[in-house]
Amino acid sequence: MFQDILVTGLVNGSAYALLAIGFSLIFGVARIVNIAHTAFYMLAAYCFYALLVRGGLGVLLSGLVAVSSVTLLSLVCYRLVIEPVRQHEAAVLISTIALALIFQETVLRLFGGNYLGIPSAIEGVAHVFGIAIPWQRLLILIIALAMLVSIWFLLHRTRLGLAIRATANDLEVASLMGMDVNRVAMATVAISVALAAVAGVSVAPVFVVDPFMWLSPLVTVLSVVVLGGLGSIQGSVIGALVIGYVEAITVFVLPQGAFLKGAVALSIMVVVLLVRPEGLFGVAFEEER
Amino acid sequence: MLPSRTLAAIWVAAVVLLPLVLPDPYVLRVAAMTCIFAALAASWDLLAGYAGQVNFGHALFFGAGAYSSALLSLRLAFSPLFAVGTGALIATVIGFCVGYLCLRLRGSYLSLATLAFPLILIGVLFAFPDFSGGELGITGLQPLASSRVGNYYVAAIAMLVLVFGIWAFADSRFGLVLHAIRDDEVAARASGIDTTRYKLAVFGISAAAAGTTGALYAHFMRGAGPSTLETALSFQVVIWGVFGGLATIYGPVTAVFVLYPLTEWLGSFGAFGELRLLIFAVVVLLVLLFMPRGLAPWVRDRIETKCPRCKQQNPVWRESCRVCAASLHQPSAGLPQSPR
Repeated sequence: MFQDILVTGLVNGSAYALLAIGFSLIFGVARIVNIAHTAFYMLAAYCFYALLVRGGLGVLLSGLVAVSSVTLLSLVCYRLVIEPVRQHEAAVLISTIALALIFQETVLRLFGGNYLGIPSAIEGVAHVFGIAIPWQRLLILIIALAMLVSIWFLLHRTRLGLAIRATANDLEVASLMGMDVNRVAMATVAISVALAAVAGVSVAPVFVVDPFMWLSPLVTVLSVVVLGGLGSIQGSVIGALVIGYVEAITVFVLPQGAFLKGAVALSIMVVVLLVRPEGLFGVAFEEER
Repeated sequence: MLPSRTLAAIWVAAVVLLPLVLPDPYVLRVAAMTCIFAALAASWDLLAGYAGQVNFGHALFFGAGAYSSALLSLRLAFSPLFAVGTGALIATVIGFCVGYLCLRLRGSYLSLATLAFPLILIGVLFAFPDFSGGELGITGLQPLASSRVGNYYVAAIAMLVLVFGIWAFADSRFGLVLHAIRDDEVAARASGIDTTRYKLAVFGISAAAAGTTGALYAHFMRGAGPSTLETALSFQVVIWGVFGGLATIYGPVTAVFVLYPLTEWLGSFGAFGELRLLIFAVVVLLVLLFMPRGLAPWVRDRIETKCPRCKQQNPVWRESCRVCAASLHQPSAGLPQSPR
């Protein structure tokens, strides 16, 4: 059981981290609470399913096509739906909710409400330090780590990353320093949705795929992000691992744990917030005037 | 009479007279649900629109009211009316608890944290299926009135009382303080307002109203299920509130009266039925693109103008203000040369 907890927590935690970083980035740079974030994750999983199982493309090709098409779609949605109402915070919020509903219903029409399974990319079990891990789960871990390293590189070693961090820090000053804030926001949307899409493609073979699969990770991601502190990348990663392990421990240790895993994870978030309202690693944002 | 007040009067008359004009059971059922959800949306607007505590878990209060009144009347054999009252009371207590927990949170943190509360309650309810009925919920409640028309009137009158009560609250000094807290909490505190007490109070009032609607819903549907606590319902309330227009009370009510019957009506067509949520989302998106402040403020701007001098509302067709007689269409002309 100890091994199960160790592996499940790490794998789920790294998938949550991929989702949470993107969510946190969009919030930090564009101040958008993107409810549709995990809906893009769901779309990527379906896209992957359609290409791999129905289209018969290879794993790598379907994955790449799924990620890039979902990213493109997110840019189109941003331009058509979010940008025109950017000035109205509440309108942005429910536009993202409406987008998520539209994706859910479209997928429901196209694929039906059944649970769909995707075959693993690699079958078999690996032994790491005497612990048996299915290859697919190890693959999720490796992909997540690779994405984390590359996002760190992007944010801290490139000009675009500098612009993103500057905009997240202070939008007005960044704009005064000659950064095109709108283009930075677009780039951030693309990056964060791409991360969500990678998460969707990599976990699809392990979890089941259905049109409502975006709701429960959405809540988890929100609690991860609030726990780690909105806008903080390392906070998101640590928060994701904490939530991943808490869920794993609840499921394996408590009776009725599968029902309670969300409740326990969310309660921990509430407790942390009571002690430290800006999250574990929260950047206390200046009040916008 | 002002056009907006005329519309409100027509609306009240329509709500009261509906069973006499259209006694169709399906219409009455949809209308009663519309009334219940309208009061729920109004209670959210008091909390989110006026006080700025944008609650993403409003279903918590609704579900708490529904579940507690259902459990009380089924397990402890409370009479329906008493169960509704007690359910509302329990929801109020939960409202105070949530308000207390959220005192230190602001803005997006508050929204995201409140999203969690109804889900925690769902998890607890599912963990004790013998007590709560698990995923199926609780069924077999007594309705509040014996006839169909009676049940409709219970919902309609409760809605009118709640909506006008909330409106009165929002229009009073209390509402003014809530505006101040939303716009600048530090400044409000500096002006000697005990913001903590006001925020707790608004959570309590909003939860009481939402709990009442939840309890009414449970007795109307003769049962309470997990759907009363779901994220989907919380989001639905947010959509109604923003779609109608924040901090207006009449906006969210209008939104429910437009959107809920619309989705039900679309659902009655075979082919459309499956697409209704899709159509609902597309309608919301399109309307927001053109009216980002919401439907009701947009309509009000078309039928009324504000007097540039005394800030009173006037019908668009008037030349001069009905209160201070300043000219409405040349904003600068009326000021210096006015007789007073």
